Amino acid sequence: MKPHTLSVLVENKAGVLSRVTGLFSRRGFNIESLAVGPCEIPGMSRITIMVIADDNKIEQIMKQLNKLIDVIKVSDLTDNERVERELALIKVTAEQGSSRAEIMQVATIFRASIVDVSPKSLILQVIGDSDKIDALETLLRQYGVKEFVRTGTIGILRGSKTVAPGK
Amino acid sequence: MKTGAKILVESLQREGTEIIFGYPGGVVLPIYDELYDSSLRHILVRHEQAAAHAADGYARASGRVGVCLATSGPGACNLVTGIATAYMDSIPMVALTGQVPTSLLGNDAFQESDITGITMPITKHNYLVKETADLSRVVKEAFYIAGTGRPGPVLIDIPKDVSTTSVKDVPVPEKVELRGYNPTYHGHKRQIEKALNLIAAAERPVIYAGGGVILSNASAELLSVATQMGIPITTTLMGLGAVPGDHPLNLGMLGMHGTEYANFAITECDLLFAIGVRFDDRVTGRTETFAANAKIIHIDVDPAEIGKNKRVDIPIVGDVKSVLTDMLTCMKKTAGHEAWIKKIRHWKQHHPLKCPDDGRLHPQFVIRQLSELLDGNGVIVSEVGQNQMWTAQHYCFKHPRTWITSGGLGTMGYGLPAAMGAHFARPDVPVFDVAGDGSIQMNIQEFGTIAAEKIPVKIAILNNQYLGMVRQWQELFYDRRYSFTELPAVDFVKIAHAYGIEGIRVESPDEVKPALQAAIDCPGPFVLDFRVEREENVFPMVPAGAAINEMIGGHPR
Repeated sequence: MKPHTLSVLVENKAGVLSRVTGLFSRRGFNIESLAVGPCEIPGMSRITIMVIADDNKIEQIMKQLNKLIDVIKVSDLTDNERVERELALIKVTAEQGSSRAEIMQVATIFRASIVDVSPKSLILQVIGDSDKIDALETLLRQYGVKEFVRTGTIGILRGSKTVAPGK
Repeated sequence: MKTGAKILVESLQREGTEIIFGYPGGVVLPIYDELYDSSLRHILVRHEQAAAHAADGYARASGRVGVCLATSGPGACNLVTGIATAYMDSIPMVALTGQVPTSLLGNDAFQESDITGITMPITKHNYLVKETADLSRVVKEAFYIAGTGRPGPVLIDIPKDVSTTSVKDVPVPEKVELRGYNPTYHGHKRQIEKALNLIAAAERPVIYAGGGVILSNASAELLSVATQMGIPITTTLMGLGAVPGDHPLNLGMLGMHGTEYANFAITECDLLFAIGVRFDDRVTGRTETFAANAKIIHIDVDPAEIGKNKRVDIPIVGDVKSVLTDMLTCMKKTAGHEAWIKKIRHWKQHHPLKCPDDGRLHPQFVIRQLSELLDGNGVIVSEVGQNQMWTAQHYCFKHPRTWITSGGLGTMGYGLPAAMGAHFARPDVPVFDVAGDGSIQMNIQEFGTIAAEKIPVKIAILNNQYLGMVRQWQELFYDRRYSFTELPAVDFVKIAHAYGIEGIRVESPDEVKPALQAAIDCPGPFVLDFRVEREENVFPMVPAGAAINEMIGGHPR
C-alpha cells in the first residue's frame, strides 16, 4: 500500500464531484485528500485525489472512475516526475512576547508567510508538499494551534506531458 | 412551440419506444396528459417496482431498451429495486421520473425525493433536467448510454415545470457525442492472435460464457467457435440459452448450484476461456481454487471486469460478438480434444442432475415437464430462490433471450412483472413465470395488471409453504432451526379467481402435464398452484466459500 496521486479530468457539471467521491466510498476506498477546480479547457474541471491503496485496487478504482460518463480522463501520476503542492492556513496562539518571535522564526524557516496578525494570534500561510505542511503544524503545536485548514494536494506532471482528453 | 411533455413523448417515439410501463401521480400529470392521445402504448401497473421490472423483462426478451415511468417521491423510490436489478445484470433501460418543480427543488416539498442522488450507485448514468430545451438531447443520450457498451439503466428526472414549459422546437443532434464515453467494441488483434495460440495449445479447454453473450447477441458465434475448436461450454445463470441446452458440448450451468460435470471441468481444465462473464462469487466459490491450473482468456466489453476477481493471462476488451467474429476469421481448426471430451462425457453419464421419482410431487419434475411441453418455444421467467435454481438446472433452454431471471441482485418479486414485460416483447410464444410461494407474494398485486390488460402470462407456483432457499440453508448450516421461513398455506387459485384469472391446484405428478397444457391452451393469464414436496433441496450445492468441486448432494466420485 502506497499513496497514489490521481489526476482526473471531468465535465464541470452539477453532481460530478458526488459521483466521483461516491464511487470511492461505495467501493471502500479512503480519500486522503481531494482538490478540485476549473482547468484550461472550458467546461472541464481537474480533480487531484490522493488515495492509499495497493496497485490492484488502484487499477480497479481507475477503471471504475473511467466508467463514469462525466469522467473524461484518469491518470495515475504516482510513478512519474511531477510537482505536488498543497497550501495550508494555520491559526496559532501568539500572545505578545517571546512565543510570537519564535513563531515568526519558524515561519521564516518554512518560507511560510504571515497573512493575519491579531493581539492573540497569527495566521501562517504555507505552501509545499504534504510532509512539509505536517512538519510545520507539528512544530507549531507547542504554541497552540487554534485552527488548521489545508487545500488538499494538487499535482501536475513535469515537462511537456499533460493529462489531456483523448488517448 | 411545444411543451416539455410533448417533446418527451416525441423523443421516446424517435428512439423507437413502443411501450412504457408506468404509474401516474401529481408531477407527471402533464406527461400522462400527453400519453392520453399518443400512439405510445402504456401499461398501468399496480406498483412502480413492477413498472421497472416489466421494462427490464421487455428489454431482456427483446434486446431493446425498456422504458418505465413513475411520479416523484414514493413513485421514484419504488423504482429503486427494479433499477438496481437491471444495473446488476447490465440491462438497457430508461427510467423516467417526475420531480417537483425546479422552484421547489431541495425544499423538502410534497413528494420530493433526491432520486438522482439515490440512484447514483445503481444507474449507468442519470440526469436531472432543469431546462425544457435540454429534454430531447437528454433522452437521446440516455437511450444511447443505456443501450451501448456495457448496457445499463439510465434515469431521467423531470421537474413538473420542465414538462409544462413550452419552447421552440429544438433540433435534435444526429449523433450523440460524449467526451467521457467511448466504449471499445473491437478486440485488439494481437490479443486475439495470442488467445487463439493459447487455445490451440490447450489440452483441456473450457468455455465459461455468461450474460455478455446474450447481451451482445453472439450465440451463433459462440457455438461456431466452440464446435470448430472442440471446446466444451459451461454457462452462468445469466448465460443459459446462449447455447442449446441439449448440445453435446454444453455442460449446463456452473457454480454454487451448477452441474457436477461443469464444476469438475472448470477445476481440471488447463485453459479457461471466459466470455462476457464477471467471475461472480456464486460462480467461482473460493477464487484461489477456481480453474487453479488454467491459463485464462477473458473477453468483456467492460475493462473494469477484467482482472477484478481473478488474474487473467490474456485480456481482450471488446464486444463479445465482434471479438468472436474476428476469432472465427483467423481461426485454424484444431484437434478435437477427444480425450478431454471423453472424460467429460463420462462425468456427464455418472453425475447427472437428480430428479426424484417416488410418486410424490417434486418441483424438479414440474420443471422437466414444462421443458418437454414447450420444447424451447417459450420464454421462462423466474423469481428468486429454489424455484430459480431448479428451473436453471432442469429446463432445457434452446434459444437466447428465452430465460429471464434476476441474477446479480437476486430480487424476489421480479418474475411476475418481468414476465409481463417479456410478453410484449414475445407475444408469439407462451411466457411462464416460475415462482415460489414466497416470491410471488412480493408482487402479487400485479395479478391486477395481467387481468386488466389480458396479459396471458402463466404463473407456475412451486408452493412449499417455505422460503425454500433460506430454509435449505437453515437445514444444512443452522441445525434445522427454521427461523421465520415457514409461510402459512395460501390458496393461490382463490386469489387468481378474485382477480378474474383462471387457475388450478396440482397435487400429484400425473396431474402436472395436463395442468401445464391447460395453462398453455388458455388464451389469458393462468395460475398453477403446485403443492410440491415441502423440504426438497437444490442439489448439488457448493457451500459458500468452498471450492466449486467440493459439492454436497452430488454423486460419489
